[in-house]
Amino acid sequence: MTTSVQPPLLELMGVHKSFGHYAVLKACSLDVKSRETVVIIGPSGSGKSTLLRCVNLLEPPDSGNIFFDGADITSDLRNATEIRRHIGMVFQNFELFQHLSAVENIMLAPMKVSGISRADAHDIATDLLRKVHIPEKADFFPDELSGGQQQRIAIARALAMKPKLMLYDEPTSALDPEMIREVLDVMAELSSEGMTSIVVTHEMGFAKRAADQIVFMENGEVIENASSEEFFGGTVNERARRFLDQILH
Amino acid sequence: MSLELVFDYLVSPAFFHGAMLTLLITATSLLFGIIVGLVVALLQESRFRFLQGSTLVYLWLFRGTPVLFQIIFIYNVLPTFGIRLSAFVSAVIALSLNEGAYMAEIIRSGLQAVKKGQRTAGLALGMTRAAVMRYIVIPQAARIILPPIGNQMIGMLKTSALVSVVAVEELLLVANQTASSNFRYFEALTAAGIYYLALTTLFMVFQYFLERSLDPKRARRSQKSVPLLDRLTLITQQTESR
Repeated sequence: MTTSVQPPLLELMGVHKSFGHYAVLKACSLDVKSRETVVIIGPSGSGKSTLLRCVNLLEPPDSGNIFFDGADITSDLRNATEIRRHIGMVFQNFELFQHLSAVENIMLAPMKVSGISRADAHDIATDLLRKVHIPEKADFFPDELSGGQQQRIAIARALAMKPKLMLYDEPTSALDPEMIREVLDVMAELSSEGMTSIVVTHEMGFAKRAADQIVFMENGEVIENASSEEFFGGTVNERARRFLDQILH
Repeated sequence: MSLELVFDYLVSPAFFHGAMLTLLITATSLLFGIIVGLVVALLQESRFRFLQGSTLVYLWLFRGTPVLFQIIFIYNVLPTFGIRLSAFVSAVIALSLNEGAYMAEIIRSGLQAVKKGQRTAGLALGMTRAAVMRYIVIPQAARIILPPIGNQMIGMLKTSALVSVVAVEELLLVANQTASSNFRYFEALTAAGIYYLALTTLFMVFQYFLERSLDPKRARRSQKSVPLLDRLTLITQQTESR
């Protein structure tokens, strides 16, 4: 019997990105296997967020290739809209649609992008609200919810498109300390259920708990790419170690 | 001074017709003005330099010259280029183009007030730029720009009096003509003033209901009140979930 090696769900190969003369990403490469959670850490300005935004082509890379689900998505940027349907994204500042209630925020994309009926979209949204533990907030508007609740709605909104990959861009950085936990719990649950995820965060507790792979970035380069065991086992690069010491105080 | 004459003027076909014409000019010019304004505001967001440039020229011309000038220009100068329009059509075109320039700025401010992050979030969900505009940006911008648009509506009603220069029989021209035949200025102008106030009141009421209907939370507020016990359980649940 031959065991077929499954290709990674996402593969970044030598991705470059510059804003003007400033190179934000320099030859970044990264593999993300299906059902795996990758945590990206690194000092601010190291290109973590840009890397994430390249993955769903919000920032098209200047050069290099990105393979997603077997296809080179950088070959034709006109397909970006189609690609993004399959990649969920969660932002630092939630970015909920302010004119829609929680449940409507979740329903919008299934209805307008996938053409699902209102009733079916409502069922999907109701299930997801339960999944993020706030079914009772369905009819609340974003400005009536706490930061933690808003971020969980934002996660549910991304999940409503049944993405193959979730991107989290510093999802807890704008939250009050007492609300970080509830968001990280939801994310960890999703990861343990096999949701492929890339998480940019400074929450090392989450990384220890949920990450399969840890990537350390600095000055637009991937400096270290290790399994969680290796990383926390101490066999890490000197610069990554120094950064860890800083954020752990 | 005769209140009876004021009343007679109010119900006279000439005044009524004048008032209706004023309303018609105002409503059509506003409608086209909003359409022009929306198109110009969206063009300004486009990535094509040429389109951006032409909108700037348009704004510069129509905000930079008196609206009275524009009315007279369109009515009197276009015919020399072979474009012959009725006084009414010329007036509506001039007012619409003038209004469009101001609406464009109001609408642009509304579109910009919707945070960029929400657009990004829409794109990240797989929505097209057009869908993001339609379902995310415009609904929110509409609520923001309603109060200034209300101002414009009332302003337009009064500006419409200027079209009397090209002999459109609108309310003020009717009043002025009536008064100049018998020198009963007080009565004729009072009747016109009452019509203007009635129309502006109508607009204000319209604006109030429009603002209410665009309030996303209204639907929930109008729901029937929740019984006390349910409310208490809800509060307990909320405290628990925090």
